[in-house]
Amino acid sequence: MRPRIIPTLLLRDTYLVKGINFLEHKYVGDPINAVRIFSKMEVDELFFLDIDATNKGCITSLEFIKDIADECFMPFAVGGGIEDIYQVEDILKCGAEKVVINTSAYNNTDFISEASAVFGSQAIVVSVDVNFDGEKYNIHTNSGKVKRNRDLQLYIEEIEVKGAGEILLNSIHHDGLMNGFDTKLINNVSNLVNIPVIASGGCWKIQHIEEALNSTNIHSVSAASMFVFKGSRDGVLINYPSKRDLDILFERLS
Amino acid sequence: MLCIIDFGMGNLRSINRKLRSVGISSEISSDTKVISSADMLILPGVGNFAKAMYNLNDLGLIELLNQKVIIERIPILGICLGMQLFTEYSEEGNCEGFGWVKGRTQKFSFESDNKNRVPHVGWNKVKTFDKSILMDGFDKDKRFYFTHSYHVVGDDPAAKFLKTDYGYEFDSVVEKDNLFAVQFHPEKSHFGGLKIISNFVNFHET
Repeated sequence: MRPRIIPTLLLRDTYLVKGINFLEHKYVGDPINAVRIFSKMEVDELFFLDIDATNKGCITSLEFIKDIADECFMPFAVGGGIEDIYQVEDILKCGAEKVVINTSAYNNTDFISEASAVFGSQAIVVSVDVNFDGEKYNIHTNSGKVKRNRDLQLYIEEIEVKGAGEILLNSIHHDGLMNGFDTKLINNVSNLVNIPVIASGGCWKIQHIEEALNSTNIHSVSAASMFVFKGSRDGVLINYPSKRDLDILFERLS
Repeated sequence: MLCIIDFGMGNLRSINRKLRSVGISSEISSDTKVISSADMLILPGVGNFAKAMYNLNDLGLIELLNQKVIIERIPILGICLGMQLFTEYSEEGNCEGFGWVKGRTQKFSFESDNKNRVPHVGWNKVKTFDKSILMDGFDKDKRFYFTHSYHVVGDDPAAKFLKTDYGYEFDSVVEKDNLFAVQFHPEKSHFGGLKIISNFVNFHET
């Protein structure tokens, strides 16, 4: 099966933004318009992450999620601020395939098992934000703002045991820098579990994807900058590799 | 009338909207009166098998669906968990299904040296679909979106099964008289995936 290449779209209210190292967010457009374009380009999947939700104590507007669902002809996931299974239910009912949980999963891993028991593990993506401080990998929550102290390895293993369907692994220290993935981190995490791991952070070009898929055993990658900027951070343009470029990539990888 | 059966498992609104975009009108309902009057059914569903059967029973739909499908023989399309519910039994929750298609539903299970992960999530192909009603007109390279941990193991000489490869071959499409089902999500497999549902509707109309 082909690896998935998933654009992640960051939301601030109902605007699309993109930052560097989880900071300095820049406005990059209207999400519904982006969804229309990505649908036409037949992208594999979309992730919508509301970066203010947790800190504001709310989730993304349900009406807005319905609008996305109407335009999105592929699967999509929604994350940000989700704290209980009623919110999960509301989001899935609006038409999302999956929810992404991060801070609330860290604070209470039983939330993962509760949600996956009710909605199936395929609907529950646990996102883990990791920052390298020069010595070790640290878990962060609250959109990267809060450094936590649990051991990464133990936490990753617990996520799988509690029934998550996938792990979205973000490296804060690579985010937005466009220098490629942290393949060491990806391997550290991916080798611990048997559920799919989606790597994110630092991807800017198709070679970065190739590098990550070649040197790690993950099957999916996600990127934001690559799919919303063209040329540099000044040029906002929704884009995705062409079918031909993808065929060439997967040909080389097989 | 095409009725999408609502038994509290998964987002039906999305199927309904997507069908509208290819000119197919449908109604979402859990009401026995509405389902009784339908002449085509879609049984969708994501989530837990045992919970799905529990909900269907709770809504008084098991007998009604048996009546519609086996006695009245109206066309029904199962999607994802809906396909699994057609079988006699699932390991998930150790639970009996409708048994319309002989076979069982079991979890993906790989040798320890196999690198395939569970759930099976992503875009995969269906193998050799000559003479399939649902797959009519598709390019053989067309990929569909799968997301599941359990799969059907069909054992029904009266049914036609098509296969998908994930570590090993499993049954991803079944067609048997008025019964149709797919393990993947046609409503999430890009615009082109909706042709599965058009083919189903056209089968009824011809």
